[in-house]
Amino acid sequence: MTEPLIDVRNLEIAYGGGHMRAVRGVSFTLGQEKLGIVGESGSGKSTVGRGIMKLLPPTAKVSAERMRFRDVDLLKASERTMMTIRGRRIGLILQDPKYSLNPVMRIGEQIAETYRFHHPKVSKAKTYAQALDMLEAVQIRDPERVARLYPHEISGGMGQRVMIAMMLIAEPEVLIADEPTSALDVTVRLEILALLDELVSRRNLGLIFISHDLNLIRNFCDRVLIMYAGRVVEVLEARDLDKARHPYTQGLLASLPTIEDPPARLPILKRDPAWLDDLAAKVLR
Amino acid sequence: MASAELTSKQEATPHPALSLLRRLAGRAVAVVTTLLGLLFLTFSMGRLLPADPVLAITGAEVSKEVYDRVYNELGLSQPIWMQFLSYVGKIATGDLGMSATTGQPILTDLMTIFPATIELAIIAMIIGAIIGIPLGVTAAVRRGTIIDHIARIVALAGHSIPIFWTGLMALFIFYAKLKLVGASGRIDVFYEGLVTPMTGFLLIDAAIQQQWDLFQNALGHIILPAAILGYYSVAYISRMSRSFMLEQLSQEYIITARAKGLGTHKVVWRHAFRNIRVQLLTILALTFGGLLEGAVLIETVFGWPGLGQYLTRGLQMNDMNVVMGSVLTIGAVFLTINIVSDFLYRILDPRTR
Amino acid sequence: MTISTEDADSANAGGFRKWLLAPEPRGWFQSSTQQIHQGWLKFSLHPLGLAGLFIIVLLIVVATAAPLLTSYDPIVQDMAGRLAPPSATHLLGTDNLGRDVFARVIYGARTTLYIIMLVTIIVAPLGLLIGTVSGYFGGIVDEILMRITDIFLSFPGLVLALGFAAALGPGITNAIIAISLTAWPPIARLARAETLSLRKADYIAAVRLQGATSIAIITRHILPMCIPSVIVRVTLNMAGIIITAAGLGFLGLGAQPPWPEWGSMAASGREFMLDSPWVIAAPGIAIALVSLAFNLVGDALRDVLDPRGSE
Repeated sequence: MTEPLIDVRNLEIAYGGGHMRAVRGVSFTLGQEKLGIVGESGSGKSTVGRGIMKLLPPTAKVSAERMRFRDVDLLKASERTMMTIRGRRIGLILQDPKYSLNPVMRIGEQIAETYRFHHPKVSKAKTYAQALDMLEAVQIRDPERVARLYPHEISGGMGQRVMIAMMLIAEPEVLIADEPTSALDVTVRLEILALLDELVSRRNLGLIFISHDLNLIRNFCDRVLIMYAGRVVEVLEARDLDKARHPYTQGLLASLPTIEDPPARLPILKRDPAWLDDLAAKVLR
Repeated sequence: MASAELTSKQEATPHPALSLLRRLAGRAVAVVTTLLGLLFLTFSMGRLLPADPVLAITGAEVSKEVYDRVYNELGLSQPIWMQFLSYVGKIATGDLGMSATTGQPILTDLMTIFPATIELAIIAMIIGAIIGIPLGVTAAVRRGTIIDHIARIVALAGHSIPIFWTGLMALFIFYAKLKLVGASGRIDVFYEGLVTPMTGFLLIDAAIQQQWDLFQNALGHIILPAAILGYYSVAYISRMSRSFMLEQLSQEYIITARAKGLGTHKVVWRHAFRNIRVQLLTILALTFGGLLEGAVLIETVFGWPGLGQYLTRGLQMNDMNVVMGSVLTIGAVFLTINIVSDFLYRILDPRTR
Repeated sequence: MTISTEDADSANAGGFRKWLLAPEPRGWFQSSTQQIHQGWLKFSLHPLGLAGLFIIVLLIVVATAAPLLTSYDPIVQDMAGRLAPPSATHLLGTDNLGRDVFARVIYGARTTLYIIMLVTIIVAPLGLLIGTVSGYFGGIVDEILMRITDIFLSFPGLVLALGFAAALGPGITNAIIAISLTAWPPIARLARAETLSLRKADYIAAVRLQGATSIAIITRHILPMCIPSVIVRVTLNMAGIIITAAGLGFLGLGAQPPWPEWGSMAASGREFMLDSPWVIAAPGIAIALVSLAFNLVGDALRDVLDPRGSE
């Protein structure tokens, strides 16, 4: 069993001087696989993703027994070390390119910037050529034209491709995708997912796919982490999802409508306060 | 059930040049109406509001002949709209009337003294931008630290302490007690007339003509009023920079930039700052307007022979033509600057092209 | 509701407190009072805001109780005792006509208060009216009203006020009119911006479908929603208004001698500044304090009433 790419044990993230616990004792490992993290709003899934890259606001307190990327101790890593990891070894894709791209910088320049920062000795021309190559790799036709455009001049789907290009150009080993398709139309969504699938397998990346869409994750990912109120309540292989044991997961699955056998009424998830305490989490340790 | 419209009306796509022309025409109309409105305001100040416009110009004690003469000059027997039209006509030809105190046409007076105000304003703007922008940006980036508190105190003081009072106190401390700076005016009487006016800016003229003690003297005179105006500019510019910066730093693209690995310096200046550059331009334009305003009081306090002092002296002497002419000039300059900055904004911001 | 209900339940709690903290208010009066109470609690978390409020209250007290605070008459001259430095008998010294500076500052507070109140009464309703009408009706009405607003905004504030005050003649009422004419445009702009975003709200459409007239919609539904941000803006702008008023006084417009006004006190004391700085120091500090107070209160109010507008 090779060393995991990311190894997290008992991650705790709290805001407001420790009062607001967004992530409580989360543990997981990531290999060269597609790991999905599913949860509703406020479950802490996005916080985990950003926490690993230490991109949370300064008011957030991050602590854990272990938070490693390969041999790098992320917890103890200085900001300088993190700067060599971000973009270069771990990439982060955000949700909505309308907001996650710099509005006053041309596309080509934004993509090239990642490369240039991590390869400062390379000439400008070569860097830009790399950016154009990357645009082709994310299946954007006419990369020269698009590279000169501004973010508000391209569609949402193209924007996410640009985002992916920006984060893969420095050839990282891990990609964290925070709701990458939630802001896109359904048809575009499938294209982006196919693109991610292809890039991840071709480059042997580890992928953490964060989403609220259980169906999407069960079809796309290899393994699934279910989060609720800052805790991991269940970990499963995607194909074993139907065999879920935790009542929350079962509730989620039950509330997904199916075409074949539509229920007369969609069941409402009954939240058991017991899920908020350690009992459930203990089952999975 | 209403059926959906399957075919939308095909609209003729307007030719790009035509729509650009239409937009420009629209803006031109807006500018012209604003200008006319501005003129109407000054017109009403001069003619409509005073109880007796003739007495406002001549003073209370006046003989019947002078009264009648001025009455006819002003065309007060005509209907208001005709008066306004002739007023606009006069302004368009540069006839702002005569100054009762200097005996000169007001336009001539203005052209002589305006450079003095511009000299003050430019130095104050430079101080404001060079200190204010980094201060505001740093205050936003290092929120809650000492720099942030300093920036807030600077801004608060600039919004609370009246500028004429700061001027008086500064004169008291730096001139009366410490004897560090020059007295009123742009240079000591001793040096007057020694420099041939080329640009109208004493400092530049003195430097070009290599009259270095005159330069030093002029510097000693300009430094205090410019510093005070500069301070108030710093207060405003830093507050706005901080506010703009804070707005940007909470945006998603900042996280993207950091996720690329970029450090704080690059994130702040290459990403966030780029997004506020154009807004800052508008702020600088507004600052200039504020400087014209501040100059009115500061020039009065420091005896600086610029537009501000011209205005207040005219006020003291009840020379209404001077007052109205100066007000009009300041308004026109301010309006022009705003129009230009608006125009530049549209050109420079890629999102509005 | 973030207030614990233990207070309301405790045996000592009076009926008023219970009414104030009731979770389900009945009627407009109770809910409004509760909102004000909640707002006050939020406001009182800002120490600077409280300090500013204290100064404003002090201003009101000083202005009202002026005769009680000083036995000196601010107008009576005493040439023998002119330009006396601060001492036990004259707390802030005397000016060039022998008048007690402390008394003049105290009575000058009345002028300042007068200006503040009148300008607010004129500017707030005027700005609200123009802004909401302009924003609600849109079209040509909007164009015209906003063009007028732009015209007024094409002058820096002091300059415009100066022009009007000079045209109308000296005197405190004219100065107030002049200042009001420069202070309404930002309020109108603000009210219009709020109206534009409210206009599209569903509840407005609902009321309109019920047959409400435009006037009713504006006055009953849109205007009240604009009030919090207008309050914040008026408070913040008041600092500038006080300074502009002082500037006008400094230039000889505004309250006429011998009536004390802080700006004109600075002007008349100017000649004697070199040897008797207290004559201008005192009124200047007074102006700065009151301005500062409005700035601080305005900032705190913005956090309470209009968080979007703050940082």
